[in-house]
Amino acid sequence: MTQIILDKQIANDDWTLVADDAALSDNNEVINFSRWAAAEGADKDALITKRDAGTLGIQLNAGDTADLLAADSQGFALINVEFPKFADGRGYSAARLLRERYGFTGQLRSVGDVLFDQLFFMMRCGFNAMAMREDQDLELAVKGFETFSAPYQGDVNDTRPLYRRRG
Amino acid sequence: MYVYDDFDQRIINERVAQFQNQMDRYLDGKIPEEEFLPLRLQNGIYIQRYAPMLRIAVPYGMLNSKQLRKLAEVARDYDRGYAHVSTRQNFQFNWPKLEECPEILGKLAEVQMHAVQTSGNCIRNTTTDEYAGVIAEELVDPRPYCEIIRQWSTFHPEFAFLPRKFKIAVNAVEGADRAATRMHDVAVQIIRNEQGELGYRVFAGGGLGRTPILSSVVREFLPEEDLLTYLDAIVRVYNQFGRRDNKYKARIKILVKALGVERFSELVEAEWEHLKDGDGKLPKEELERVKSHFTEPDYLALEANPTSYTDALATDTAFSRWVERNVRAHKKSGYSVVTFALKQKGTAPGDVTDGQLFAVADLADKYSFGEARSTHQQNLVLADVEQAKLYNLWKEAKALGLATPTLGLLTDMICCPGGDFCALANAKSLPIAEALQNAFDDLDYLHDLGEIDLNISGCMNACGHHHIGNIGILGVDKKGEEFYQVSLGGASGEDASVGKILGPSFARDRMVDIVRIILDVYVSERIEGESFIETFRRIGMAPFKAAAYPTPVKATATKA
Repeated sequence: MTQIILDKQIANDDWTLVADDAALSDNNEVINFSRWAAAEGADKDALITKRDAGTLGIQLNAGDTADLLAADSQGFALINVEFPKFADGRGYSAARLLRERYGFTGQLRSVGDVLFDQLFFMMRCGFNAMAMREDQDLELAVKGFETFSAPYQGDVNDTRPLYRRRG
Repeated sequence: MYVYDDFDQRIINERVAQFQNQMDRYLDGKIPEEEFLPLRLQNGIYIQRYAPMLRIAVPYGMLNSKQLRKLAEVARDYDRGYAHVSTRQNFQFNWPKLEECPEILGKLAEVQMHAVQTSGNCIRNTTTDEYAGVIAEELVDPRPYCEIIRQWSTFHPEFAFLPRKFKIAVNAVEGADRAATRMHDVAVQIIRNEQGELGYRVFAGGGLGRTPILSSVVREFLPEEDLLTYLDAIVRVYNQFGRRDNKYKARIKILVKALGVERFSELVEAEWEHLKDGDGKLPKEELERVKSHFTEPDYLALEANPTSYTDALATDTAFSRWVERNVRAHKKSGYSVVTFALKQKGTAPGDVTDGQLFAVADLADKYSFGEARSTHQQNLVLADVEQAKLYNLWKEAKALGLATPTLGLLTDMICCPGGDFCALANAKSLPIAEALQNAFDDLDYLHDLGEIDLNISGCMNACGHHHIGNIGILGVDKKGEEFYQVSLGGASGEDASVGKILGPSFARDRMVDIVRIILDVYVSERIEGESFIETFRRIGMAPFKAAAYPTPVKATATKA
């Protein structure tokens, strides 16, 4: 089974991303945002039922901004945010908005080109799970969360900037 | 100036440790080249033509003598005995060894310096007026606001991988703009509203490069405590919607242009609504804490223009000429602001040797409360010199080759390192600067010409700010050969403008002639007291074009 980082530990991945035309089962499955957005009528109802049962995850792909999902995000057990390239930083804003504005409390996972040196930023923006690129060393990666002990800005985990923590 | 507390110091120390670890993994083959690239860039390292270049941040240009000595040591011990002052007020080393860079950064951390975010697609060093805090005409000292922005932008978790680099400049003088703020991604103009409250006019979408644009007003008045939340809103809109498909269209100026400034402002305001009353709002205590680092030094109560000074002015023409150009009025009676032009004949604009840096540190201690500044015109400033000591300072500076009396004149050029060092350049820029310095070395002639900004860039990235030079020179590649395109009428400052292209580009060996022709047109057309840019604005491009391209266009000229 594929391994990911979950809450700063190595964990098994119990979710599967499914193709847009694949039939859905009762297992933990992740669909692309575009499928969710396009679904209507009975299809949408089925997705909502699955979501409310806690077995539907959704993936924001490159260019899908958090406001497209907005408050709809709250019912999902898992939201993936895709990083198509490590240098593409849109996912950091998406994560913060999902957590800070749209009240998402489930598993927020970075997927795609996810590398060691991004983990600290990702954690601060609200990701609690990372599906790292295949070649990355997870044992090393779980040590990457302590790079800076007292950063300047507030973040998802502590909204107070340093000037409200200096004391 | 700002002094780190334990928190600030720890952040910089942790950064050095992090980068040492990244470097070790890279040298171990565990990080491929492509992925090491953004990591080294965010630590100020470019791979140049011959060697890595390490760019050290000088936040808003402020340096103390300890820092100057440390920079001198690095130049001596890790480089070839010199450093380079960049147009972002930063210091660059052209010859360090890649594997030694973490060690250099460790040494700099000892004096509260770093290379954080001096390159890469992130928020860069914030710049401001090089005379901040010492001139009477500024509204308030802009440096505390720059420091607040520095801290906010340092390892901002959301904005480390923006579509493109992001530059912020702050200005607090009405009617003058020494930091070329409107050419920045964001310009913060400190103002007072009608009620007398302090705040900011915020501009966005300026920039040089391929598409030079002056920024537009996004908000007419932003209250003082809302600085960071508003910046968060602007950069968040940019991070989400800025183009990432084409690096030449990825700066915020393209987004602002595509959306129109009204729509862009609406998006920013909507975003800000959510942020403005959050924890990011600046408490008064934090503003006061940072401002308390920028209090006045212990100025003496001095009489203006003491006799010893006026006597020296009257008897020593070389001194008085230097004072006329390089010394500026200070807000305190009996003090002056001094600029050392790093534009001596025979050295590249902005280059300074380790020996000169050690000496400037000593001069700063002796004459200017131990502080100095770097400027975006690639010069150094001692900001608090007693007028009574100017003559002695001048003599010492002269012996060091630091008293060229040409500030603001033709040979006080801005010039990027160009094709001699930079891997991006299309053409060399330093030989042009050198040829011009050699050709125009007559001080009487230079002083007669008066103020002219001549800016040279080796490529479209415009590090030499050629667009905003009164005379701009841009290196272009024509089928493997280096040519130079000339533009006229650019200006920085309050009435900033982007220069217009004179015509087809020229071969390198014609550049001195062409500049001479342009200057001759100015001299023959100017009305008493008119500067170059004023004459250009009055008479337009045509007379210059006619003189530069006597018909038919010469065979050496090709269309750029």
